[in-house]
Amino acid sequence: MFDPKKIEDIRDQAKNWDEKVEKSLTKNPERKKDFQTTSGIEVRRFFSPPDIAAWDYMRDLNLPGEYPYTRGVQPTMFRGRFWTMRQYAGFGSAEDTNKRYRYLLEQGQTGLSVAFDLPTQIGYDSDHPLAQGEVGKVGVAIDSVQDMEVLFNRIPLDQVSTSMTINSPAAILLAMYIVIAEKQGITPDKLNGTIQNDILKEYSSRGTYIFPPKPSMRIITNTFAYCAKEIPNWNSISISGYHMREAGCTAVQEVAFTLANGIAYVEAAIKAGMDVDVFGPRLSFFFNAHLDFLEEVAKFRAARRLWARIMKERFKAKNPRSLMLRFHTQTAGCTLTAQQPHNNIVRVGWQALAAVLGGTQSLHTNSMDEALALPSEQSVQIALRTQQMIAYESGAADTVDPLGGSFYIETLTDEIEKRASDYLARIDQMGGAVAAIEKGYIQQEIQESAYRYQKEIEAGDRVIVGVNRFQTKEPSPKGLLKVDPMVRETQMRRLAELRASRDPQRVETALQALREVAQGDGNLMFPILDGVRANCTLGEICDVLRGVFGEYEPMVKV
Amino acid sequence: MADRKLRVLVAKPGLDGHDRGAKVIARALRDAGMEVIYTGLRQTPEQIVSAVVQEDVDALLMSILSGAHDYLFPRVMDLLRERGVRDLLVLGGGVIPEEDVPGLKAVGITEVFGPGTSTEIIVKYVQEKAKK
Repeated sequence: MFDPKKIEDIRDQAKNWDEKVEKSLTKNPERKKDFQTTSGIEVRRFFSPPDIAAWDYMRDLNLPGEYPYTRGVQPTMFRGRFWTMRQYAGFGSAEDTNKRYRYLLEQGQTGLSVAFDLPTQIGYDSDHPLAQGEVGKVGVAIDSVQDMEVLFNRIPLDQVSTSMTINSPAAILLAMYIVIAEKQGITPDKLNGTIQNDILKEYSSRGTYIFPPKPSMRIITNTFAYCAKEIPNWNSISISGYHMREAGCTAVQEVAFTLANGIAYVEAAIKAGMDVDVFGPRLSFFFNAHLDFLEEVAKFRAARRLWARIMKERFKAKNPRSLMLRFHTQTAGCTLTAQQPHNNIVRVGWQALAAVLGGTQSLHTNSMDEALALPSEQSVQIALRTQQMIAYESGAADTVDPLGGSFYIETLTDEIEKRASDYLARIDQMGGAVAAIEKGYIQQEIQESAYRYQKEIEAGDRVIVGVNRFQTKEPSPKGLLKVDPMVRETQMRRLAELRASRDPQRVETALQALREVAQGDGNLMFPILDGVRANCTLGEICDVLRGVFGEYEPMVKV
Repeated sequence: MADRKLRVLVAKPGLDGHDRGAKVIARALRDAGMEVIYTGLRQTPEQIVSAVVQEDVDALLMSILSGAHDYLFPRVMDLLRERGVRDLLVLGGGVIPEEDVPGLKAVGITEVFGPGTSTEIIVKYVQEKAKK
C-alpha cells in the first residue's frame, strides 16, 4: 500500500517532531500522562501511515459488500435503504404494549422489538408465586397464544419485521408468533424477524436462563433447523454482546466473548449434523454502542472482519451470506445517568452516530429517562427522532464507511481484532465458550472490568458529566411511566378463563407428546407448535421441559 | 469499635438478572474490610431472610432493577419482622423512582441509593450505621 521509503521518511520526521513536542510539555503539559480507550488500547498523540504500514487494502478492507466486509455487508449500505429503526418496547399487558407499538409505527418506526416481562423470559405464567411483583414490569406479560394475538392486534405480520428479546423460551414465543400469523392468513415463509435465542450470554451476564447448557444448546440447534427450512427470512439467533458490555466488559471483550459464543453455536449446529451454509446466513448479532465514539466505530468494523475470517477459514463456509456479520445495535443503557437526565439525549446521539458509522443493520436508541424508569411516550419519541435526524439530516449515511481510511480508526480496528483473537485463542484452550462460562472465566473477566470502570469514575480519572463533575441541584423528575399494578390480576383472570375454556384432553396429549420428544432427540419445535395450538401456556410447556432437562445452577463468585 | 469484622449480605431479590451493581458493591465492601456474602440471582424474600438469620449479618443490601421493589422490599421487611429481626440496617438500590422512596422507608428500609451513587458513599454509610 505504502512506499516503504516514504514510511521511513515520515517516521524520521515524526521523531524530530516528538522531541520538539516533548520539550514543550514542561510548559504546556497534556491533560493526562496516558491516554487510553476503554479497552486499554494506547491512544497516541496522533496516527499516521507508519501505524498501518503493513496494511493491505484489498485484504483488510476491500470494497463495500465484499469479503471480509470491513466496510459493510452491502455494496451501497445506507444509500439504498436506511437501517431499521427498531425501538425495544413492552410493558404491562398485551393491550398496553400493542398501543405503544401502533404509536411507534405511526411515528415512523420501521420494525418492532418486543420486551417481555421477567416471568415470561424465565418461563413462569403470571400466576406463578415467583412472578409476584414482576408481571408486566420490564416488558409485556405473555402467558399464552391468546396474549400474543392481542399484542399484534391490527399489525399485519407480513409487513413488519419483529425482533423478540427472548432466550430460554425462544422456541415457544416463535411458535406463538407463527400460530397468530396463520390466524392472520400469513404463511411462515412471509415472516421477517429475529428471536434472540442466545443462552450463553444469559449465563454470563443477563441472567434469564432456565435449563442447563446442554439441553439449551439442543433447543437452539432445533430452532436453527426449523427456521432454515420453514421460515427462511427469520434470524434464528441474535448473538449478543450488548448485555456483556452492559454488565461491564470492554469493547475488545465484547467482540471476543460474542464471537466466542457464536463459534460455540456454529460448532453445536455442525455437530447436530447441519451444513454451515444452511444456518450460517441466518445468524445475526447484537452489539452495544458505548461512550468511546471512535473505538466503537472501529469495534463494529473489527467484529465484522473477524467473523468473516472465522466463518471462512475455520468453518469453511462458502455462501457469502454465511460470512456476513449482520447486527443490531442499542445505545448503552449503562451510560445513562439519573442525574441531569436531559444530558442523556446527547449521549444517545453520538452513540447512535457511532452505530451508523459502524454500519449497523438496525438500531435502538435509548430514551433519556431510562436510568429512572421505563421510558415515557415523549422520551421515546425524542429517541426515535434522534435516529431520524442522523438518517435524514446529518449526511453521515450518504457514503459507505465514511471513517474508513482514517489512520486512527484503522489502527484501532486492527488492534481490536488482534486483541479479540487473543481472547478467542485462550477460550479455545479452555474448551470453548461453554466450558469458559462453566469455569466462571467469562463472568470473572466481565466483573473485573466493571469494577475497574467504577473505580476510575470514583477516582475522577473517568469523568461522567453530572455525576462526578459539573453536578447541579435538581428537582426530582416528573412524568415517569408507571406500570399498572393490576396487570397481574388481569393476567391471572385471563389464565383462569383460558384453563376453564380449553380442551383439557388436547392439552394433556400435547404436553405428553412434548415430554416424549424432549426425552428423545427429535426437533422440539414441532411438539411446541402443537402445544401452542392446543392453548398450553408458556409455563406449562416450560414445566414439561424443566421436568426432563432440569434447571441451571449458576456458579456464584464475587 | 468492636474487633470483629462487619458481616454484610448483598442480595438480588426477584427475577431480575442485572447484577453489575450488586457485584461491584459487594467487592467494594469486601475491599473495605467487611465480610461479604453475595446471594446470587433470583432469591425469594424467604431465602433472603433465612440467609440474614443464619449468617447473622449486620446489614442487608438489596438491589432490584426490574421495578419489583414495590412488592419485594416490603415483603422482605415483613418476613424479617416475623423472624424477630429488628434494627437491621437494610439498604435498597437499583432503578427506584424517587417517589417510591418514602413508601419504602415507611416499611423499614433505612436508605435507598440510586444509580450513580459512588461505592465510597455506600461503604461509609454501612460502616457508620451497621450495628455490631
